[in-house]
Amino acid sequence: MTQEHRKEKKYGMVIDLDKCTGCGACMVACMAENNVPFKKDETDKLKSITWIRVYKLTNGKPYPNEEICYLPRPCMHCEGHNGHSPCVTVCPAIATDYDRETGIVSQIPTRCFGCRYCMGACPYHARYFNWWDPVWPEGMEKSLSPNVSVRMRGVVEKCTFCFHRYQLASEKAALDGRRELKEEEYQTSCTQACPAGAITFGDLLNKEHAVYHLKKDHRAFRLLERLGTNPKVYYLSSREWVRRSGDNYHPDEKTGEIISHH
Amino acid sequence: MDSALIPEGVKRCPFPQFLTGLAVVGAVLAWGVFAMLLCWLKGLNQTNMNDSYGFALWIWADLAVIALGGGAFFSGFLKYIVGKDELKNIINFAVLIGFICYSSALLILAIDIGQPLRGWHIFWHANVHSMLTEVAFCLSCYFGVLTIEYIPLILENRQIDKIPFFHNLSHNMHEVMAVFAATGAFLSCFHQGSLGGVAGVLFGRPFAYREGLLVWPWTFFLFTWSAAAYGPCFTIFLTKLLEKITGKKLVKDNVIDLLAKISGWMICTYIIAKIIDTWYWASVTVHTRGQTLMDFYDDNLLYGLWILVAEIVVGGIFPALILLTKKGRSSESLLWTAVILACLGVCINRWVMVLQVMAVPVLPFEDWALYYPSWQEVATTILPVAYGVILVMISYRYLPIFPQERELNPVES
Repeated sequence: MTQEHRKEKKYGMVIDLDKCTGCGACMVACMAENNVPFKKDETDKLKSITWIRVYKLTNGKPYPNEEICYLPRPCMHCEGHNGHSPCVTVCPAIATDYDRETGIVSQIPTRCFGCRYCMGACPYHARYFNWWDPVWPEGMEKSLSPNVSVRMRGVVEKCTFCFHRYQLASEKAALDGRRELKEEEYQTSCTQACPAGAITFGDLLNKEHAVYHLKKDHRAFRLLERLGTNPKVYYLSSREWVRRSGDNYHPDEKTGEIISHH
Repeated sequence: MDSALIPEGVKRCPFPQFLTGLAVVGAVLAWGVFAMLLCWLKGLNQTNMNDSYGFALWIWADLAVIALGGGAFFSGFLKYIVGKDELKNIINFAVLIGFICYSSALLILAIDIGQPLRGWHIFWHANVHSMLTEVAFCLSCYFGVLTIEYIPLILENRQIDKIPFFHNLSHNMHEVMAVFAATGAFLSCFHQGSLGGVAGVLFGRPFAYREGLLVWPWTFFLFTWSAAAYGPCFTIFLTKLLEKITGKKLVKDNVIDLLAKISGWMICTYIIAKIIDTWYWASVTVHTRGQTLMDFYDDNLLYGLWILVAEIVVGGIFPALILLTKKGRSSESLLWTAVILACLGVCINRWVMVLQVMAVPVLPFEDWALYYPSWQEVATTILPVAYGVILVMISYRYLPIFPQERELNPVES
């Protein structure tokens, strides 16, 4: 089976903020699935590694008019213009790349030499540096996932849309003599862990996948669309102030209309 | 004790005094080396950098020393390519400063990367689209050129020069120096520019992002221009400082005046371009992304509108006006003021293009991220300064850095 026989895919996510309760199950599942390291003291969140991070947004109004929204933020797997994601173009050692077969922005920790330029380039703060060597509590190293390499001190890491799951699913499909994956065969761990069903994952180009239709929902928006990052994570919210929080607007501008790039 | 090594016809301080000076600066150097080893052995957790501040004090120091060291390539360009022969009396010192600045930049980068042993990946797995790749190649190559430019100077040491091979080598290297000066100017132009490009291509960071020409954002050209403009001011500043310390006149006034005048014109034209760039960025680039100028200048202590005024007016327009006038250049105090303000101006520019880029929130629901360096970062930033002082001390003592020194300070026999 060769690559050119496969249909081009753009894996992406739609997160329904009307459903998200901010429980953090997606963060926990992600850390367990991807062997994300942690420290005894995680109070300094600017040095905590959270491939998916749940933000707490408020409408800025005092009680009783205050409203809250929780916004999970994985890597946006930006396509930019024709695959020129903000981080991919700047990496001097091609330690991160835009995969044109899946639309996933990869990360190669063994090639990364820790210049952190990609972190500076990412407006979403979705990239994290290993300031320390990973140290697991005694016994816990036995429960690490064998499918994901642990990263060492001094390199950058980030959400990969659980790419190892894609690889495993592709291998299984190949053994079954199939070239294409079914929607349910490749799902990220955060998607499966969300108890509210707020996260939907799939191929944004495939009409048979739920995300294809959800991204066209009238509530859909993306973060910082105006910068031209062209992210593959969509959000849904019925609240106008939440949608407006997704980008920068002048006071006289209406909250953006969706321009779908995928 | 070391009189046989000191150039003929010049006077130097007694050897014990020289050694004491070396020991004091050496102690600072040792402090920096200790901090550097901590960073290498324990990792970058020794710094106060974080995931919001992936680029911080070190990258600023890197950009700043490269800009200040721009005097080397621009003086070389003026002397060897344009033909300003008077500058031969200051070119040695400009090359020495450039050599120190560029070697410092390499050292800082070696400390700054998380996996120093993988530093070669930038050359082996080079991404030709990355401005940082261009930085690495140009920095390394130009450092090589500066080394070639510095070697003949070392060979002119009184004792080394006695050896016929080294004497001839030095002579022959001087003969072809124009080729290296031209190569250096070319490489440094691209290096300075690519450092500007590092910030300018960040389309996810509206504070840094600039449109431009072909693959180069406007910051590419502005950085090269500013380094050529401000670099000579640093050369003049250090020459004047050395004259104060040694109590001697080392370079004739006409040489300083020429370099200051050229620098003044360069700063003047640069600052006009910078004002146009800032105006276009604020009114068009940023506006189309839903933001305004004041979104980037909060009322916090560090990043108020004052920093823009300090960079453009105090560190740009003021020194340009002083250096453009004959009166300003010939007045000792005004010249000092101008070169100090100019050096501060270019350092502020590099500061905002690194640290303010990281500080400004991009997502509407995030806040400003502020940062202060750890002592290890400060010590490793002072380390190259101490190294530079030591190299200047040794070079000044044993090498004929200033060709006019003997004439200006005749030694009574």
